Amino acid sequence: MIGIINGEVYDPQNGVNGQICEIWVENGKIVPPPDLEKRGGAQIIDASGMVVMPGGVDIHSHIVGAKVNAGRKFRPEDHRDHVRSRTAYTRSGSGYTVPSTFLTGYGYAELGYTTVMEAATAPLTARHTHEELEDTPMVDKGVFITMGNNHFIMNCIRTKQLEKARHYVAWLLGASKGYAIKIVNPGGVENWKWGRNVSTLDDEVIGFGVTPRQIITALAWINDELGLPHTPHIHGINLGQPGSARTTVETIKALEGRRAHLCHLQFLSYGGEPGKSLRSGALEVARAVNEHPNITVDIGQVVFGQVTTMTSDGPLQYRLHQLTGQKWINDDVEGETGGGIVPMEYKRRNWINAIQWITGLELFLLIEDPWRVFLTTDHPNAGPFFCYPQVIKLLMDRDYRAEMLEKVHPRARKRTVLAELDREYSLYEIAIITRAGTARALGLKNKGHLGLGADADIAIYRKMDDKEAMFARPYLVLKDGQIVVRDGQVLHEYQGRTLYVAPSYDPGVESDLRTHFEECYTVSFENYPVAPDYLPRSEVVSCT
Amino acid sequence: MGCISCAGFVIAMSETDAVTLRLKEPTTIPIEADSICPDLFVGRSQAGIESLPAFYGRRKVTLGDLFTVEGENSDQVIVEGALRYVKKIGQRMTRGRVVVRGDVGLHLGAYMRGGEIVVEGNAGDWAGAHMQGGRIWIRGNAGHLLGAAYRGEKRGMNGGVIIVEGNAGREVGALMRRGLIVVLGDVDEFAGVRMITGSIFVSGRLGARAGAGMKRGTIVAFADHAELLPTFRYDCRFQPTFLRCYLLQLHAWGMSIDDDRLEGFYRRYHGDLTTLGKGEILIYDQR
Repeated sequence: MIGIINGEVYDPQNGVNGQICEIWVENGKIVPPPDLEKRGGAQIIDASGMVVMPGGVDIHSHIVGAKVNAGRKFRPEDHRDHVRSRTAYTRSGSGYTVPSTFLTGYGYAELGYTTVMEAATAPLTARHTHEELEDTPMVDKGVFITMGNNHFIMNCIRTKQLEKARHYVAWLLGASKGYAIKIVNPGGVENWKWGRNVSTLDDEVIGFGVTPRQIITALAWINDELGLPHTPHIHGINLGQPGSARTTVETIKALEGRRAHLCHLQFLSYGGEPGKSLRSGALEVARAVNEHPNITVDIGQVVFGQVTTMTSDGPLQYRLHQLTGQKWINDDVEGETGGGIVPMEYKRRNWINAIQWITGLELFLLIEDPWRVFLTTDHPNAGPFFCYPQVIKLLMDRDYRAEMLEKVHPRARKRTVLAELDREYSLYEIAIITRAGTARALGLKNKGHLGLGADADIAIYRKMDDKEAMFARPYLVLKDGQIVVRDGQVLHEYQGRTLYVAPSYDPGVESDLRTHFEECYTVSFENYPVAPDYLPRSEVVSCT
Repeated sequence: MGCISCAGFVIAMSETDAVTLRLKEPTTIPIEADSICPDLFVGRSQAGIESLPAFYGRRKVTLGDLFTVEGENSDQVIVEGALRYVKKIGQRMTRGRVVVRGDVGLHLGAYMRGGEIVVEGNAGDWAGAHMQGGRIWIRGNAGHLLGAAYRGEKRGMNGGVIIVEGNAGREVGALMRRGLIVVLGDVDEFAGVRMITGSIFVSGRLGARAGAGMKRGTIVAFADHAELLPTFRYDCRFQPTFLRCYLLQLHAWGMSIDDDRLEGFYRRYHGDLTTLGKGEILIYDQR
């Protein structure tokens, strides 16, 4: 038994806002304070002068899987100067924007994060993803499955067989051991296979006669019908394009009140005209988000420096490659999705990058309800995850923000309201956007809070004025009630669980699937599902 | 161009002031000795130099474990012994001089910014990789990827001069950004591959696919024949003035320059047309 006493506790889920409370942990769970005699045998952690929060929950990050691994191989220069030696307790690893699996796990734990969601995996490559997850220690994790360009689903939508699509989605999540429905540039990735893209919600997907609008609404309906713990996780159309703010607002309206999560919203909130001008469209997008309580978002805040952009959005990556002249990988995953990888560097003195940076911060500050806006850098697309403390400092410290704003390209400063926004996030709100809110949006009932029965994933930070330093180096991190990090250093390796859903479906759909696999797939139907032994520690999260 | 006296380029070194390192025992186990760098020897006593770190295979040792050290506090360094498996000599050096008596291993003078290195034998692969300044003079042959960029990087050698009296391997000056590489012998395939700018002179045989993917820059073949890629287009036959300046400078450094090459005509081809196409390959074409 472990008792954490004298700490300032921030547990927004239970309304605890900085009160001094005791937290007691036994068998990996939060338990009520024991009676006096039992306290004698407990390990007491004196957290005076410290901040106690639930372990961080990252709702959107690219840490494992086929494209992340391709990114590692693609960027030896990202690894050469960033190596970490083996210790008696931890393994060696390398990589800066695309670190190796073990390093990723350690890195997250050393920030106080204990749950991470891998944001996109094609179902066909899910086996690889789970193999890498097995080698990603310290954190609990889950995988979102890309379905926005899936041939079977698009055929069902065209023939108006939404029930069949529903059973297919349920089967697919179970077969790939996924956690949620991911939609990436619906229709656009399929059109990219013909060298095209989509630019409005009503463009036609070549060969299927469906539209992005139909794909999004159908999957949002299916998500609700299946009662999945998370909402559909949507990367919309026109990502990175001037004018994307307009299609983002249209997407929010198209959902007609259905629950959905829009990821890395910053990349989808630009105003201006394609090819002509670019400005932040944060005002109109934030207004739409504020008006639609069914929507949650994460920001994908740009951090200046090296990144590796990787997404299933194939046409976008080609555009980036043309724009930056950087090397490029293109990927095509049969009838499921596509993808691409392009390394990049965000520079302060580049006005476009500066506008991206400003847009993200404006969204953070303009979206009023912290329970619906979450901190991410879309690792490694907008910045590496270990830069989260820097983003926290930008949100909590108005003066620091103003100082950083002074350093960006003057042309970007002209077109922004950021200088006028003097909102500062409190520790309570930071706890929401990094833990409580994300856990709630993911439907993780035992995470993101410190109430009785919750998983004992706890981060304890020394209270400091410099919030970047504070969040970069937790004093202690507990995972399932074990102390795994002390003073920002991993003490020992811990294997977290893989979280997945297994919604029920009508087995009748399997005969159709068998035919579909025989006609269209390089893999047989029997070999497609990921066997349970690929997940040595797992937990099925129930659907409602 | 022919044999070299070295007189001008390599200033005579007073050996009495120099730090001499002698490899104690020949080995086939790779030694990583990036601490053999004049910058680190200045201001250090003999014991201080002996205690500099090095890797013997995966074991962390000191220079004193591997080498006998004579001398102290000098940026003049002489390295002796069977050094074929000694890597990274002169890495990141900015001043002084390193003389290697014999063959040397990989990554010689990588990232160097100043000073000079003279190798009296052959050098391994990646010599002068990412070099930014200074001079490397290799009396024997050089390996592959001379003055190149490490894998994944966007640009390689970014200044300085590399002179090889023997042959060099494949991908000489890959992704080169600035500087001069002179090879008096032959070079293997892909010289100047994806070159950005800079100059590569080859006296012997220019290997196949030279300048593949080059954007700008100059590759000069002093032999009168070279096999070019089809993406290089013939421009003209002319007497390049700039080349004369370069050759006279090389002459001043002690190379004997053939009058035919100095006064002769060159055929100019531009490419690589699969990319920007502003690079040039000059092939000697009689006087």
